[in-house]
Amino acid sequence: MAVIDLANPTRFLTLVDRVLPWLAGVTALVFAYGLYRVLGAPDDYQQGATVKIMFLHVPAAWLGMMGWSVMTVAALGTLVWRHPLADVAGKSAAPIGAAFTFICLVTGALWGRPTWGTYWVWDARLTSVLVLFLLYLGMLALYWAAEDPNRGARAAAILALVGAVNIPIIKFSVEWWNTLHQPASIMRAGGAAIDASILTPLLIMALAFTLLFFTLHFAAMRNEILRRRVRTMRMMQARGA
Amino acid sequence: MSLGPHADFIVASYAVTALVVAVLIAWIATDFSAQKRVLADLEQRGVTRRSKRGDGDAP
Repeated sequence: MAVIDLANPTRFLTLVDRVLPWLAGVTALVFAYGLYRVLGAPDDYQQGATVKIMFLHVPAAWLGMMGWSVMTVAALGTLVWRHPLADVAGKSAAPIGAAFTFICLVTGALWGRPTWGTYWVWDARLTSVLVLFLLYLGMLALYWAAEDPNRGARAAAILALVGAVNIPIIKFSVEWWNTLHQPASIMRAGGAAIDASILTPLLIMALAFTLLFFTLHFAAMRNEILRRRVRTMRMMQARGA
Repeated sequence: MSLGPHADFIVASYAVTALVVAVLIAWIATDFSAQKRVLADLEQRGVTRRSKRGDGDAP
């Protein structure tokens, strides 16, 4: 089967039905191993045990941004090729990305209080992530308000492209502005600045969260395809077809 | 394993994450059951998609 064939909703559903149980199983196993490694990870010499919050906060932040990136690519598919599966992918990523961004904000606040002495500051990194969360809420409102999915798709695709500007702002905010948030310590020139005893469990947890994202995304896409089928069938029923 | 003087913040972080992920999974699973149920009900009433009568490829 060629990759382009998967852009067919029926074939996509067949693939998801086959792959989803395996993907969910692998996700659970990687999470179990990741949490085991987290339990064995040492405390940070400055932050103590609160460094354990990082194993949730950092992957959630990455996936909050990845969710919007998925929506941006899907938006191109909607606007350029007008493919219905592209809008399905974008719409399905929105609540999942919003949930991970919410986790990032809450765990960040809970990590900030013992580390910085405050739950929140209006610095560039925190504010740009809050803007991302608000953009997600706007996107969800747009989808839920649209009675016709095709009309909502175009508006949502434009919002996704406009909101994509915020992703590099989040990434580079700690370099462009003087922030309370620490600068990049993993993806930076010169390699990661974290010891392997903490970096390895962090990367395993990041993999687990990424697998969880795709498991949920595929399942949500399946739901959305079914929802559109229900809508089509109801319209046919109403017309007496 | 000791979580030190800030154990409450660490436990709260893991609890919130677990809760949000659990709600997300439950919502997606419930939605799937609901869509399948409505589809089965419509098919039982004899409503079929045009594509199902033809090539079976439409969304």
